[in-house]
Amino acid sequence: MLGLYELNKEEIELILDTADSFKEISTREIKKVPALRGKTVVNLFYEPSTRTRVSFEVAAKRLSADVINIAAQESSVKKGETIIDTGTNIQALKADIIVIRHDSSGAAAMLSRHVNISVVNAGDGWHEHPTQALLDIFTLREKIGKIKGLHVVIVGDISHSRVARSNIWGLTKLGAKVTVCAPPMLIPEEIEKTGAQVCHDIDEALKSADAVNVLRMQFERDLKGAFPNQHEYFKKFGITKERLEKVKKGIIVMHPGPLNRGIEISSEVADGANSVILEQVTNGIAVRMAVLFLVSQGKEKP
Amino acid sequence: MKILIKNGHIVDPANKIDDIRDILIENDKISQVAKAIDTKSDKIIDAKDKIVIPGLVDMHVHLREPGREDEETVFSGTKAALKGGITSVLAMPNTEPAMDSVENIKKLKDIINKTAQANVFICGAITIGRSGKELTDISQLKKEGAIAITDDGASVDDEILFLKQLKNSAQEKILVICHSEDKLLSNNGVVNLGVISTILGLRGSPKEAEYKRVERDINLAEKAGAAVHIAHVSCKESVGIIAQAKKKGISVSCETATHYFSLDEELLMGYDTNLKINPPLRTKSDIAAIKQGLKDGTIDCIASDHAPHTQNEKEIEFDRAEFGKIGLESSLAVSVTELIKTKILTWTQLVEKLCLNPARILQIDKGTLGEGKDADITIVSTDKEFIIRREEILSKSKNSPFIGKKFTGKVEYTIFAGKIAYVGANYR
Repeated sequence: MLGLYELNKEEIELILDTADSFKEISTREIKKVPALRGKTVVNLFYEPSTRTRVSFEVAAKRLSADVINIAAQESSVKKGETIIDTGTNIQALKADIIVIRHDSSGAAAMLSRHVNISVVNAGDGWHEHPTQALLDIFTLREKIGKIKGLHVVIVGDISHSRVARSNIWGLTKLGAKVTVCAPPMLIPEEIEKTGAQVCHDIDEALKSADAVNVLRMQFERDLKGAFPNQHEYFKKFGITKERLEKVKKGIIVMHPGPLNRGIEISSEVADGANSVILEQVTNGIAVRMAVLFLVSQGKEKP
Repeated sequence: MKILIKNGHIVDPANKIDDIRDILIENDKISQVAKAIDTKSDKIIDAKDKIVIPGLVDMHVHLREPGREDEETVFSGTKAALKGGITSVLAMPNTEPAMDSVENIKKLKDIINKTAQANVFICGAITIGRSGKELTDISQLKKEGAIAITDDGASVDDEILFLKQLKNSAQEKILVICHSEDKLLSNNGVVNLGVISTILGLRGSPKEAEYKRVERDINLAEKAGAAVHIAHVSCKESVGIIAQAKKKGISVSCETATHYFSLDEELLMGYDTNLKINPPLRTKSDIAAIKQGLKDGTIDCIASDHAPHTQNEKEIEFDRAEFGKIGLESSLAVSVTELIKTKILTWTQLVEKLCLNPARILQIDKGTLGEGKDADITIVSTDKEFIIRREEILSKSKNSPFIGKKFTGKVEYTIFAGKIAYVGANYR
């Protein structure tokens, strides 16, 4: 599963429906089912990540899979091994699924071309982060009951965001309207051709929004020259209580984490009634269980 | 040694021939081109239903030697060229070391003398180490055999320095080939800037990075009174700027590469690093403009921009992979398939782009089938379809996006300096 760009509506809905049925498992006394017993899932992480890796690990373990974590910083990759060699070595260990996180766009696609086992993209560069978008959509669907006809605003550094891209594909395929909101420097070229609308004014964008997905602003990288400073950004684009008071009462506030409180979102909002941020974390497990389960069922490469 | 090529359809725009003729080769020269030559010869090639054209002149080739013999050598590159019907190449100077001194050119000449299987012409560098800082001594480079200069892979950012070298080149009457790219604007882009770069999450290089530099280079050339040649034109705006300059009478020529009229950026959706090229593959509307530019004569030549890279430089993450693709063995076939079969160019026009114009621009006595000329001849079957297969590639590097694709325009014979240098599988 490389991205939501290549999935159709029915495939996305199948994942969401499967996640629905897996969600209950995490509420049981014994949080485990044997669906992937005897299968091996390798988490191959080239980028430091705690949340996504842990979420995949928990998901795989609740399905009874054996999980191996490879952090590239401390493996043979550091000694110069190519991603393809690493992949074929993992395949030679008779693993069943590789979950890959990489800082280069297209890394998951390239790996999948060179191995015969399933590859799940856990985020590649600025390209896609499909399971994050699926859990965002799952959470929305659970909260509102549908996706079709919703208006979702994604605010933040769209240019460098794989979460934004995956959300655009997933949401638009399910019939939602998506608006991306950021200063012009952080909106990628011709994004409107993907089906998303562009707005540079967050108050304007939020007016008709049913939900807002607040992206993490990484001022430590990627943003040189794009915006003067964090405080200025917070003033112009930060999601605050004052802003939300002017829009639909039940607007849902999402964030893929980790939070930069006081930069893209205020603490009041992050911890407030509109926030579903922790539910997203819980739902992430169900969604990743669904993805791992479905790819393990696939005869063909998913 | 006499070779007689019988009944071929000769396309030789230099002599305005587009008809059935026989060609007689004696030693290394063409001795006669006429209808129904009937003379004793050592070898007769039946070219019935074939097109017979001058050996191709490819003015943009990276042979990688000296320095990167793991990617390509003069020997392997010229072998590959002959298979593609190419008998003359201009070797780009971005070798290690660069062709920026008499000493380095001497070394390359020695390699060429010992190993080249086809004509290899030498292109010198504009600046020392192609670093854009200090000018090379082009009068010395020319004396040693360089027939043009370029910093290919880089543009000289310093306008004053570049203007100075353009003035020198006007004095020395040596062609300056421009890799027109403003690296500040291309901003480490790896694909064309637009919806595709956005979808792929890859850094995009805007067309401005190319055409603004094309505009600058032409302006400086005009000021210096120098002859410039714009390399690998890839976008609509560059074609427009060059057309305007030609209209004004500025001494500018240009080439495109086969991939800029056969491949568009949408093919990058699978992150195939063999499609990672600089300048990047552009949009369908740019392809249309390139084809139009070829048709109306704005674009003078088609080159391969043969850029060999090893598997371990290409089968890695897209943003880390090297730029470029090989092309010596496919440029004729891609051109026939994309330009002749689609009736965009006539054979006469295509031979101008692939043979005659590059020879004229480089002022070498090639690209024609005139009597008394060097017997560099390519015989092509035009209708038979064939598939480019990895295992058949002669280049040391296999980085071709055309592998597995179907083409027409197969080279059956390449004659170099009066000798049969390549024979297609069907005739062996």
